Amino acid sequence: MIFATFSAKELPRLFDLLAANTVVGPVKKGTDSAGRPLYDFDVVYRFQDLRLDYPATIHSAKRHFLPHRESLCTFTMQGNDWEKQVDYNIYKPVVFFGLHACDINALNKLDKVLTAPPYPNPYYTAKRRNMFIIGQDCQPQPQCFCRSMGTDTALRGFDLFLTDLGDRYFAEILSATAYQFLRKIATRPPTVKDHDRYKEVVAERNRRFTTTVDTSDLTKLLDLEFESPAWQQWGDKCLSCGTCANVCPTCYCYGVEETVDLDLTGAAKTKYLYSCNLIDFAEVAGGHNFRPQTATRLKYRYYHKHRGFVEAYEEPLCVGCGRCGEACLAGITVPAVLASVRARGA
Amino acid sequence: MPGPRSYLGVELARPRVGVFDFTSCEGCQLQFVNNEATLLDFLDLMELVNFREAMTEQAGDYDIALVEGSISRADEVTRLEKIRTQAKILVALGSCACFGGVNQLKNRFNDLKWVKKEVYGNFPIATQKVRPISDFVTVDFMLYGCPPRKEEIEKVVTNLVVGKKITMPKYPVCMECKANENICLFGLGEPCLGPITRAGCDAWCPNNRRGCWGCRGPAEAANVRELEAIMARHGFSREIIIDRLECFGGFAGQVAELRRQSEHPRKARSTGQA
Repeated sequence: MIFATFSAKELPRLFDLLAANTVVGPVKKGTDSAGRPLYDFDVVYRFQDLRLDYPATIHSAKRHFLPHRESLCTFTMQGNDWEKQVDYNIYKPVVFFGLHACDINALNKLDKVLTAPPYPNPYYTAKRRNMFIIGQDCQPQPQCFCRSMGTDTALRGFDLFLTDLGDRYFAEILSATAYQFLRKIATRPPTVKDHDRYKEVVAERNRRFTTTVDTSDLTKLLDLEFESPAWQQWGDKCLSCGTCANVCPTCYCYGVEETVDLDLTGAAKTKYLYSCNLIDFAEVAGGHNFRPQTATRLKYRYYHKHRGFVEAYEEPLCVGCGRCGEACLAGITVPAVLASVRARGA
Repeated sequence: MPGPRSYLGVELARPRVGVFDFTSCEGCQLQFVNNEATLLDFLDLMELVNFREAMTEQAGDYDIALVEGSISRADEVTRLEKIRTQAKILVALGSCACFGGVNQLKNRFNDLKWVKKEVYGNFPIATQKVRPISDFVTVDFMLYGCPPRKEEIEKVVTNLVVGKKITMPKYPVCMECKANENICLFGLGEPCLGPITRAGCDAWCPNNRRGCWGCRGPAEAANVRELEAIMARHGFSREIIIDRLECFGGFAGQVAELRRQSEHPRKARSTGQA
């Protein structure tokens, strides 16, 4: 890892250099009824719209690399014949400016499934190869439990990671591209004083985490508590609305829809993100539904994220960003569900 | 007369389509002639033979009948039954046909004679309790919404013509609302039936910062009890949720249950536990 330090005044210059590309970053999207600002990821055109001090965003940045709806291919019909066109929907690089460690780790987890054998996903991989990611240090929020998921720091999966030291930034440089861009602004090698300040800032941030999940022996615990009454208790509350999956930075399950154009000369195959909490997620040809009960579907979401994925990849499919719990109207949160399963009932 | 159609070399017949209306605002059938960009291609899929709102000719032989509106008069029953006899496929078009729609709001008054007097005075008019068309005839397919989206109508008609299976979302509006990355209306202090209402509208109202009123009826796993608890936590009374649930008639069963609970809270609690 190469480190550098630069003045806060240099950051707008870095933004302008990168803004020749599409830049996606945290922006203020509105205000809730209590007057609190709401943030989300969007395309940013001006540095002043970028809100790097954002506490958290409502949705993940998923739609920019795993869109809710994406065309997989189109068909042109001619007579008795047809021709297929495939478009990976990537035209230019995208700069992600200000992703927190959790969201970078979410990409690292998705990479394991979507860019690797046996079934690499070319649509995702094409976008992933065209990303330039600038990470940004964060302020832990009450809903954050990334420390318990081991995703509170990002070791890879970014080009540049910035830590705000007040009047200056501490930069971790992980790619040649990032190195070349930093050469265009005024930087200097960090001094011992910078190192100390960086360690201070990180330690202060680490002290602010308030929510934890006990993950000790969690895969085994989930095996043992398959019949726990806690699942039914949470299932009674669940709305089966898919909100948790939609705001989740790591949920990648999807369905495919085939449509015929109105003029009957074309057709399309469209992928749309789905959720395992939706009533017909496990409905198969012939109409049988393997998981008609809400509680069962909710349980399997936890089993995929905190048991099955751990057994396959030695890490959970959850980064502890807490978005699902924040967005869930029924107030179902990962820390509460896992604690109640450990305690045998809510 | 347009030439024959084919899809992947297979000859396709243009189905003869009739569009009919009963008690309604006729806005659903207006969707048929909306969306000028695709209108000609859309109309080329079928042979429209009976469509009072859009054409003069009225033929009696049709394969598909799209029926808008609820039934609020005795003579409507006879006309509806005749349409059913003629049509191979009968589609209920919109909330009024599917559930009774806004018209059925009058059913909540116990004294319909009083309602008639309030609305029409002494004008002689035959009117009765409002019912969805499925109370009188077999409905093959429901196109939900007030009004249904044109894109949805186009997809259903295309699928009917090429013989492709028609599927409707079973999940609630929240799914589409989140996919559109809207700010949740509860966070903005608005009540919303999105968590329990059948999707397919692409979260039309929430996209425009209007809470859902449930025009498409309940989603398949609609958790009304939990939504009521959520509404209460956000400071909305039981009357507000009943008012919304009642608006289009799709939640008639749920409303009856909530009213029973309001009238007999103790009894409802004991049956709830059983």
